[in-house]
Amino acid sequence: MMRNFSYTKVDSARSALTMLGGSVNAKFLGGGTNLVDLMRENIEQPDALLDVSAVRPLEISQRPDGGLSIPAAMTNTAVAIDALVRQRYPVLSQAILFGASGQIRNMATVGGNLMQRTRCHYFYDHAARCNKRGQGAGCDAIEGFNRMHAILGTSEHCIATHPSDFCVALAALNAIVRVESRQGVRDIPFEAFHCLPGETPHVETTLRSDELITSVELPPSSCAGHSQYRKVRDRASYAFALVSVAAALEVENGIIREVRVALGGVAPKPWRARHAEQILSGAPATAATFQQAADAELLQAKGLGDNDFKVELARRMIVNLLTELAESRNK
Amino acid sequence: MDIMKSLVETFAGFVPDQKHDPLLDRDGYLGKPLNRADGLIKVRGEAKFTADYEIPEVVYAVLVHSTIAKGRVFRIETERAKRAPGVVEIFTYLNMPRLTAPPLVDIQNLKKGMAASNLPILQDAWVHWDGQPVAVVVAETLEQAEHGASLVHVEYERDALAVSFKRLKPDAVEPADVMGEPGVIGIGDAAKALQEAEFSVDQLYQTPRYNHNAIEPHATIAWWKEDGTLVVLDSTQSVYTTAASLALIFGLKRDGVQVIAPFVGGGFGGKGGLWNHTALCAAAAKALQRPVKLALSREGVYRSVGGRTLAEQRIALGANRDGKFSAIVHDGLTATTTHGRYAEQCTFPTRHLYASPNIRTEQKIVYTDTVANTWMRAPGESIGTFALESAIDELAYALQMDPIELRRVNEPEVDPTKQTEFSSRHLTKAYQEGKEKFGWNSRPSEPRSQRNGKWLTGQGVATAYYPFFRFPAKVRISVSVDGKAVVQTPAAEMGMGTATVQCQHAADRLGLRLDQVSFHYGDSKLADTPVMAGGSNQTATIFGAVQTTVEALHREFLKLAQQAAESPLAGATYEDLEARDGGLFRRNGALGETYGAILRRVGKSSLALEKESGMPLELLKYSMASYGAQFCEVRVHEDTGEVRVTRWLSAIDCGRVVNPKTAVSQIRGGVIMGIGMALSEETLFDERRGRIMNASLSQYHVPVNLDVPPIDLVFLNIADEHAPYGARGIGEIGITGVAAAIANAVYHATGKRIRELPITLDKLM
Repeated sequence: MMRNFSYTKVDSARSALTMLGGSVNAKFLGGGTNLVDLMRENIEQPDALLDVSAVRPLEISQRPDGGLSIPAAMTNTAVAIDALVRQRYPVLSQAILFGASGQIRNMATVGGNLMQRTRCHYFYDHAARCNKRGQGAGCDAIEGFNRMHAILGTSEHCIATHPSDFCVALAALNAIVRVESRQGVRDIPFEAFHCLPGETPHVETTLRSDELITSVELPPSSCAGHSQYRKVRDRASYAFALVSVAAALEVENGIIREVRVALGGVAPKPWRARHAEQILSGAPATAATFQQAADAELLQAKGLGDNDFKVELARRMIVNLLTELAESRNK
Repeated sequence: MDIMKSLVETFAGFVPDQKHDPLLDRDGYLGKPLNRADGLIKVRGEAKFTADYEIPEVVYAVLVHSTIAKGRVFRIETERAKRAPGVVEIFTYLNMPRLTAPPLVDIQNLKKGMAASNLPILQDAWVHWDGQPVAVVVAETLEQAEHGASLVHVEYERDALAVSFKRLKPDAVEPADVMGEPGVIGIGDAAKALQEAEFSVDQLYQTPRYNHNAIEPHATIAWWKEDGTLVVLDSTQSVYTTAASLALIFGLKRDGVQVIAPFVGGGFGGKGGLWNHTALCAAAAKALQRPVKLALSREGVYRSVGGRTLAEQRIALGANRDGKFSAIVHDGLTATTTHGRYAEQCTFPTRHLYASPNIRTEQKIVYTDTVANTWMRAPGESIGTFALESAIDELAYALQMDPIELRRVNEPEVDPTKQTEFSSRHLTKAYQEGKEKFGWNSRPSEPRSQRNGKWLTGQGVATAYYPFFRFPAKVRISVSVDGKAVVQTPAAEMGMGTATVQCQHAADRLGLRLDQVSFHYGDSKLADTPVMAGGSNQTATIFGAVQTTVEALHREFLKLAQQAAESPLAGATYEDLEARDGGLFRRNGALGETYGAILRRVGKSSLALEKESGMPLELLKYSMASYGAQFCEVRVHEDTGEVRVTRWLSAIDCGRVVNPKTAVSQIRGGVIMGIGMALSEETLFDERRGRIMNASLSQYHVPVNLDVPPIDLVFLNIADEHAPYGARGIGEIGITGVAAAIANAVYHATGKRIRELPITLDKLM
């Protein structure tokens, strides 16, 4: 560290947005568990930090439709231990607890989690070429160490994975990202929030530069109460996912009534397994269906050498998790 | 050299054995699980490590590391950095004070200093590895120095680089020596015996690069005194040789440099030799006439301090039907640099562990353009036992024999290649005791025969082995009239419990209470002797020196006492006496007097002596090593390949245990590091650039708490009569055999043999 920057703590979304309008090259700061690291590494170089970690509300509220509204400044820990979250959306609580460490979860915020950046070795190393850091520079990961990298949704410009566990569960839960600007409030469906790299790997979300995430909205769901997160990584704790799966399943008379599947560690964004869901929906909850669904989702998957195993690992994890959910009684 | 060696060996034949140490029979402090002397201040956060020291007027130095592996600095642009706020000076090869190249490690001559590389430090434009310091930015604050460093712009001219182990293999050469031993050692005709063997295995085992990752990154603070001498605070496991290295580099007399290392936060071999940053910090302090602090970042440690080399080892075993080895072949190939030339001694366990009429061990090296590789916890033995002990497990399955039984039938009577007696070897007993405690007999022999849902369970064993080292060393001991004693020597305390066990030993040796003894360490000026923490030698080395010095002190005290006819010791000989109750007393009665009484009568305030222990001739006469049996249980997920270690037991034969409390921590720490080596650790080295890609603890996966099962321990606690107080070193044996025990358990669980570390889940899917 580091270049000089200004630091301002704001107490409301409105004042945050006002301050944002008056600053050049400003960034919102939540818990700082990723942004500060990136500043130390000279990857992020903001001139102004607007600390939104105390912006209220800081408690979950119930939506009229039976869903929940999770404020952006809440810590990951607070969300994970919330009784309503654990009861109605267990997959979300589990996903959070599978991520990072206790200390980091105590600091990290909901909004910050959505905005965190990849942990690709080559993204962090200034001596390496990276299209996220330098547009058009090239990508050293494609022919380098790509064990941690994506098998779905990549482009010839970037194969980095999105590192979040939390977001994988949010993708499965049809969450909505509520953002605010001085022009007003906008709702972004979760799947439309993160971007695939395409030609522009440096563009990671559809959040505009004048917008602040204010909450994550969870709509009600009949299957979310019967949901689970499974994460596989290179050590028992405190490592990013090689592959993770968030799934929710509702079965009636042996037929899948509602299902959600999302994958982590395999794509540049939290990966909603729409192909799998299409096959699962309305089909009998059998091993053959689960297998077929996993195969369909991974049809387009492509390894680059070190990460070839992820294709088969993801397939097995989807099947295993759906099997477990089907075998354990619906609540 | 060879003539000298044979002369010494002949002489060793006449070396009388040590007398039985009376302390072995005494109920004293030794052998007790005492708390660590530094425990309280460490848990309170009060213990100061090098970078914690605040020195007035200090300025901060930050290194700029090369981003190419081979070539030269073509242009280095420092103007922008120089103009940045707070920047005091920027050193490059162009304006660096002239320094002599550091002295390369020579175990036979530690007094000259000890560095892992003999390349000149920032003296020319040449770049020899990715990460080599090419500039030092000094500023008033750390942040300013880091910012300044980010503004230095370097242009390079690249040369073709040699970093691919695979491509360099055909050019492998035999090293000049392997830690003082020949590269090839053997008996009989192993190749022929292997061909004729009824049963055999012949496999390649691969281990990756590893880094130490001590919790305290390397740090140095240096300042020059008005008399032209240099004082350095440094996180080193070897204060004396660091001082000697710096003296040579700066053209000073040896006592013109003082190196101090109060506490060191782990080293594992990575803080043994001198690395660039220490010399650069001292050079900057010299040029600027101000104290300079240089603390490496975690990345900085990866870039400029070497780790463990990668290795490829072939093990071939031949056996007859009853399991007796007819041939053992161990070929080790490791990488090193032309400026470090360290061939990691991976074949050494095979030279001493099992009986066979035909043994051949051979090491070769390739030279790469990398930071110099160095010692890392049980260098040689940790990776060597992975290969050997995996192969033995494979042979056991081929023979359909219990792997412990296979080792038992190959237990040698004398050292197989050295042909000398063992000083004390109880490997079979370690297996026996471990077997019972672990419940080995209830293990089904069939692989893939235990399951709990999707989790497959297996149990594995492997032998742990680490040689005994003792160096001649000096200690200075002073006993004062108030009955207190100070023992001092330039030892290192990097968390092992050095001060604790040395006080236990000195108190018993002198017959004093523990609170009457202090141990001073971590300062190169404490005695003119290259004591260091490395090779698990330090405890035994200092015990030996204390034993020698205390004997000399006792003889001196006896002389002083006998100056007075009324002394209760009048007429006694040294042999009649024992040390207890604060002085010297006759063995068979209460008559005697305290050190204080003797000193008071002759009007002296204290008596101090500095003596040197003898050459370690016991190492020539005997085969001396610690042994152990590592038992473990693993679970492997059938579909995902995830491995969890669920149970561990180490049964260790390391001689007499000096302090069961600190000893347990040493073994547990070794096992944990071994779990990392087996399952998750690997330095990712991108051969396209010769650059390490995971230079951070978030991407280099050391084990976390959840990876570590409860670790149970059995110490045989059998004294080795040829080691001081019967104790052999324990810092390294804990990691040996661990990776093989895990690989063997994984095979038992799954039926899949993994011969390439780390055992990541993709290899088991």
